[in-house]
Amino acid sequence: MKKKKNSWYDYLWIATILYFILGLFNVVFAWLGMICMAVPLYFAIKDGKKTYCNKYCGRSQLMDLLGNRLKLSKRKECPAVLKSTTFRYAFLIFFMTMFSMSIVTTYVVYKDAATFRQVITLLWTFKVPFTFNYHGTIPWVSQFAYGLYSLMLTSTILGIITMVFFKPRTWCVYCPIGTMTQGICKLKAMNLKSEYDHDNKAFD
Amino acid sequence: MRKAIINQKQCVSCGACVKVCPRDAIEIYKGMYAKVDLDKCVGCSLCKKACPASVIEMEDVK
Repeated sequence: MKKKKNSWYDYLWIATILYFILGLFNVVFAWLGMICMAVPLYFAIKDGKKTYCNKYCGRSQLMDLLGNRLKLSKRKECPAVLKSTTFRYAFLIFFMTMFSMSIVTTYVVYKDAATFRQVITLLWTFKVPFTFNYHGTIPWVSQFAYGLYSLMLTSTILGIITMVFFKPRTWCVYCPIGTMTQGICKLKAMNLKSEYDHDNKAFD
Repeated sequence: MRKAIINQKQCVSCGACVKVCPRDAIEIYKGMYAKVDLDKCVGCSLCKKACPASVIEMEDVK
């Protein structure tokens, strides 16, 4: 059987690694993480498809690389809870709440620059002071960057942990962006169907 | 012959199966779930191994 040829987007895992490295040099690069939220939503809303997950997601490629090619994964079945709709949507809500909190923090810093903290919060609990990647920008811009970098690093850590114990791409099962875009696609398909029904009724 | 059958209710439509399928027999239908073209499926079970949610089973299909 012929081997599948790689496309340019099969190398986007490099971008994922680059993202974390760039963030170590200057925290403002963390803003690039917005791409990982905006692009999947764009595809879901415009086409009603999970094009980002299916083709461009660098994180899933990285998990695949670590788990399959570097054989770091035990490739066990993930617990049933993880793939339940309840858990997936609960995690989405939790994740979005945490994201909103970092926007609130950013707003507070925007109003009063004295509250600016050069801290990375891992797993929403452990605060690690990070000062070497701060080179003086507008405080609120940096504060949001710290928040987003924390979120990206935290989710990657979670992804790597589940990659090791279960199948390589287990992160995809509870990935908040994946859950959200799938939800949007389902809503879109439902709408199209009702529009179709509506259009056809006119001919009855 | 054994073919890949997908539990569409629990599918997260990540596309891991699409990437490994040597026959391009799987597509993510409207971003909702993976759909197997049973005519193309040769039952190699690569998708079953790749599926992170383990929602693919190999079943006998006549």
